[in-house]
Amino acid sequence: MSNNEKLSANIEEYLESIYKISQSEESVKTSRISKDLGITAASVSEMLKRLDKMGYVEYSQYKGVKLTGKGLKIAKNITRKHRLLERFLHDILKLKDHFLHDQACEMEHTLSDDAERALCQVLEHPDKCPGDSVIPACDLKFTTCEECMQRQEEEVNEVGKRHENLIPIMELEKQQKGKVSFIRGDYKVIRRLLDMGITIGASISVIKIAPLSGPVEVAIRGSKLAIGRDIACNVFVELIQD
Amino acid sequence: MNKLTKTEKTNKSTESENIKESLDDTDMTIALAGNANVGKSVIFNELTGSNQIVGNWPGKTIERAEGKLHFEGQNIHVIDLPGIYSFSTYSMEEIVSREYIAFEKPDVVINVVDAAVLERNLFFTTQLKEMNVPLVVCINQIDIAKQKGIVIDTGKLSAALGVPVVATVAIRGEGLHELMEAVNSVAHNKSENKITTLEYGAEVETRIKSLTNRIESENLNLGYPSRWVAIKLLENDPEIRKLVESKAKNVVHYSYKLAKEIENIHKEPSFSVIAAERYSLANRIASGAQKQTEIEITFSERLDKIVTHRIFGYVTSAIVIGGLLLWTFVIGTNLSNLLSDAFSFFTPVDPQVSGTFVAILWNGAFGGIVAGITLVIPFVIPFYIMLSLIENSGILTRVAFMIDSAMHTIGLHGKALIPLILGYGCNVPAIDQTRILETRRERLLASYAVTFAPCAARTIVILGLVAIYVSVWWAIALYAIDILVIFTLGRVALKVVPGETTGLIMEMHSFKIPSLSVALKQTWVRTKSLIYFVFPIYILGSAILQGLYAYGVLNPVNYILAPITVYWLGLPMITGILLVFAVIRKEFTLLMLVALFGTHLAGVLTPTQFIILALVGMLFTPCLSVLSKLALEFSWKASGTIAVANFFTAVIIGGVVYRIIGLF
Repeated sequence: MSNNEKLSANIEEYLESIYKISQSEESVKTSRISKDLGITAASVSEMLKRLDKMGYVEYSQYKGVKLTGKGLKIAKNITRKHRLLERFLHDILKLKDHFLHDQACEMEHTLSDDAERALCQVLEHPDKCPGDSVIPACDLKFTTCEECMQRQEEEVNEVGKRHENLIPIMELEKQQKGKVSFIRGDYKVIRRLLDMGITIGASISVIKIAPLSGPVEVAIRGSKLAIGRDIACNVFVELIQD
Repeated sequence: MNKLTKTEKTNKSTESENIKESLDDTDMTIALAGNANVGKSVIFNELTGSNQIVGNWPGKTIERAEGKLHFEGQNIHVIDLPGIYSFSTYSMEEIVSREYIAFEKPDVVINVVDAAVLERNLFFTTQLKEMNVPLVVCINQIDIAKQKGIVIDTGKLSAALGVPVVATVAIRGEGLHELMEAVNSVAHNKSENKITTLEYGAEVETRIKSLTNRIESENLNLGYPSRWVAIKLLENDPEIRKLVESKAKNVVHYSYKLAKEIENIHKEPSFSVIAAERYSLANRIASGAQKQTEIEITFSERLDKIVTHRIFGYVTSAIVIGGLLLWTFVIGTNLSNLLSDAFSFFTPVDPQVSGTFVAILWNGAFGGIVAGITLVIPFVIPFYIMLSLIENSGILTRVAFMIDSAMHTIGLHGKALIPLILGYGCNVPAIDQTRILETRRERLLASYAVTFAPCAARTIVILGLVAIYVSVWWAIALYAIDILVIFTLGRVALKVVPGETTGLIMEMHSFKIPSLSVALKQTWVRTKSLIYFVFPIYILGSAILQGLYAYGVLNPVNYILAPITVYWLGLPMITGILLVFAVIRKEFTLLMLVALFGTHLAGVLTPTQFIILALVGMLFTPCLSVLSKLALEFSWKASGTIAVANFFTAVIIGGVVYRIIGLF
């Protein structure tokens, strides 16, 4: 990451907020961001214009704001750090629930990538934060958590980071195809998925998602599989562009 | 070593010895192996007819079905292995299957393969090849594949795999004779199985070979083929690693080194590299042997759209489950009445007897037989026929898909719905069916939930007491309370029994038109094993209780239970003994009441008492057959805990509802 690209904590907070809102709402409105961050709508729209110029979001007054690929990457990374920290504060430091969010917000901007990786290992690759939101995948060039554990001696800058955005399979839209690129979890989970044909590099598409956070039906290797949401949120793909 | 394991295994269970004895005169043993739901059991039933024994694998709660077949003057012993996708150690089924094939060495393994999803199925075939067993591949359901525009060239497939390949449509019996001919010729002329090894990519293959040589030079005598062990070591299979470690640590260290090399080349853990390569091998073989013509949207896919639709999906799910239950109730109640009338023509089913000791015992035993017959024939058989039809059509997987998130609230996933529905027929086979779940913990949780599913016998009590004497709406309300209880207590049990929840991964097969004859055969197999298990308990239990009752030994029970029945639940004194009898036979609650007071029960009990009695009877300690089934599948401790827990649940909820009704 070059110097001029270095992001202030402020920008990260914005991108994180936009990402969070976009998870539950169709379009992200200025007023929602203003409410979420506790900043006046005027300042928010000022900032969004700047972010648009920097290439992190696409912003128009009426349509709302949308993260670009570049913005999404940063947003996911900071969200990941935030949720990992919440897990840490909750599981290991046993902090009370109402402290978690603010404390994690403070810490997330200073957490280095190596510390993030170590934190994830100590917490045994958690997939959800204490509030039950899914933790985005790690950005390192690993295919499984098992690999991350095995290549312990290599540091983050030796391993390298992905260029593409990783998407959990249930976030794939119909007709979109993905290449399985990362599976989160322990040996047993990974083993089971591999045996069912969800191997690294395999191409996969979503047929249907059951309502009420039900399972996802995917097409893989000429057959159809139903995968429960708990497992599906651990299978990540890179989008295949046709 | 081989022999040793073998004898150890048979000693563990007398059951399997018995089976062995009865199968002593066999000329050859064949095993059916393959993925779940590819028609393996259908082929098994077609081959063995009614000549089969269903038991457990020694020391495991995994079904072991075996049978006999006469083919061209030979007695052939057939074993139906559990449906699995791989030989890893993910589940008990996988371990049982791989140990069976490696140690008991069947003469031929028939690998049943779903023609419509060849690649996924061949993934398992490649692993069978690595086990070095004489193999015949059976491409089943070619008719469904054809509908999907898939044409398979069995000759090419056979050449690629180096084993005979036979195409079949098992539900119509097509191709089964050819299949057995192929099996026969492989068994007598093993050279038909070419020792071609299916090779992996060069980087992996050279390391497999190197490790295989190392294992062979060490002469480890593991029982498994060396190449297979080498692959498993590179896959980091925990069981195999332990096994090899106990004999030669250096081999394991060498495998670590090789695995590391693979990892450095592929930047991926070696087990994931091997799985991916094995799938690409399966893909190469599959695409070389099959042609996919124009895909048109089949009827099956259109139906799929409806049954998994975000709204209609729930409607169809409700229709499937509701329809199954309604069918059972309507058919069951009618048949049951007919049968009871027929039996009362011989001897009235009357628990109150006097006379000689032998007469009393006889009467009790006879009552047990009647109870068994009036339960099994009218309720269980129609239920199973309909369930088999629904199961074979593929619609149940869609219902499981829709209902998965609800099942998660009690720590289970969509597949657990199937045993739960079965529980509405009879809890005993329902507990059997929990085997489709992945871990022992999930089986236990599901079985616990099943014990609250009002089975046919409890339905008789609810309908007989509440629907007739109070109102149908109250009967429906009781079912609603029951569902509430299942989910609430399911959540409590989830907290009590610690462990991880495995998520759902389920293959969604295409819809099929179910065959009635297959359903009838399945029903017979299921009913038969139920009869062997339930009838003895019914007969013996009834006889003993009748004896105790006739000699007045049970009278003090009413007094002992009075604080609960009279003061807490507001029921008459006599209900104490009714509830004790309910542990033997659930419908005894009703039958004894009728025996004691005639059919004018309205004069004996108030509407509230009817409701409370039925409610307590519904949730009460499960009957003896269920308790012994639980003990058999899990432990006496688990069984006892459930018995006590359900007792208190019933009493507490009964008392609370009694007081709530009292407020109005």
